[in-house]
Amino acid sequence: MTGIVMWACGSVLSVALILCVIRVAKGPSILDRVLALDVMLLIVSAAVCLEMYYNRHLDNVLFVVVACTVGFIGSVTVSRYVTDQRNA
Amino acid sequence: METPNSKDQRIDDALDPVGVRHRATLREEWPLLVLLVLVWGALWRDFSPGNLLFGALIAVLITTLFPLPPVVLPGRLNLWYCFKLFLWFLREVAAASVHVSYLALFKGRATRSSLIAVPLRTESDLIVMTVGHVLTLIPGSFVVDVDRRSSTLYLHYADTEDEQAVERARSQIRDIERRLIMAIGSKNEYEAIKAECGPKFSARKAQ
Amino acid sequence: MDAFLDVLAAVFLIIGCLLSLVAGIGLMTFPDLLTRLHAATKPQVLGFLLIFIALAIHLRSWAVVPVLALAWGMQLLTAPVSAHMIGRSGYRTKHVSHKSIYSDELAEAIRAVEAEQRHDQGPPPQQQ
Repeated sequence: MTGIVMWACGSVLSVALILCVIRVAKGPSILDRVLALDVMLLIVSAAVCLEMYYNRHLDNVLFVVVACTVGFIGSVTVSRYVTDQRNA
Repeated sequence: METPNSKDQRIDDALDPVGVRHRATLREEWPLLVLLVLVWGALWRDFSPGNLLFGALIAVLITTLFPLPPVVLPGRLNLWYCFKLFLWFLREVAAASVHVSYLALFKGRATRSSLIAVPLRTESDLIVMTVGHVLTLIPGSFVVDVDRRSSTLYLHYADTEDEQAVERARSQIRDIERRLIMAIGSKNEYEAIKAECGPKFSARKAQ
Repeated sequence: MDAFLDVLAAVFLIIGCLLSLVAGIGLMTFPDLLTRLHAATKPQVLGFLLIFIALAIHLRSWAVVPVLALAWGMQLLTAPVSAHMIGRSGYRTKHVSHKSIYSDELAEAIRAVEAEQRHDQGPPPQQQ
């Protein structure tokens, strides 16, 4: 059963990732792109969790912790510098 | 400003009369230190006394090397209401996630939102911050701006297309504030909420 | 019991991943930046909770709970702040499409403050 679950979750996450890439490419403003990249990071973290689920270990959980910190710092930094229309 | 009210005072609390930032004492920040030690233990997945002691050492070192402005804690904590708040939060997050999923899948481009001003009753920075945090975590709303002097939050609230929905959103935010004050608010604010909502205050549901 | 726990973990995992998909779909379908923010960060809060519960059930161990709780706690602490920062600079750089807004009380407040400032500066100070 784990195999079927893995295929289902993996394909769902791939579709989500593709949608995010489209938004990164299309995004009218830099804030849209940062937002989409943030979501991409979360989806990659979910994929890491999937891998841990499949192989029954917890070695990469620190990556998940660090990933959301990095995403946080990234989006805060970018939105901090987007202050006027010319940069946006 | 000639008549500085208590709130303007509060903003300067972190500064001494000379303008030097007041450093938190160990008594003020021990909850923060305990939290840091717990994080250390969780990261190592090892809660043995030796590891925790080393974590405490590092926590003290970090907080002395990189001091932050002290957090003014209200000094009251009701664990039962905290627990109830947490359960309510989980239920609300689940319900609102379904709602946002519905919006994303079926309404999409036609979704209309509002920017709502919600004046809060509380005067404490901590409560304003926590209310903003909780309502941002619950899908469908997030904080765009805060007016600290009047404790007013400006939210972006999804799927509000008429006056009724806006009013419902506003009363829901004030309900979050009520629950938070019951859980961690100071004694005065707790009494005020109790007086406002009557004897059955804890059972009152958001309309 | 074992089979039940396995099914429960699998269901939680699939729902968690579907919530990520909802975030992706929301990024595509919502009309403007501020509405997209709702889709982007929020369904993930529940999604990661479900994924972490599934992991804990699957590993059948209580010892993993603190570190998973820490991972979820970091999500809870960081997601609202970045949403607020993006939303704030999005609003200030006029990324709000007015077709998607029903009422804007923040703009009213800003107008009121600006009018007050003009009023304050308007008549030159008389006292001396």
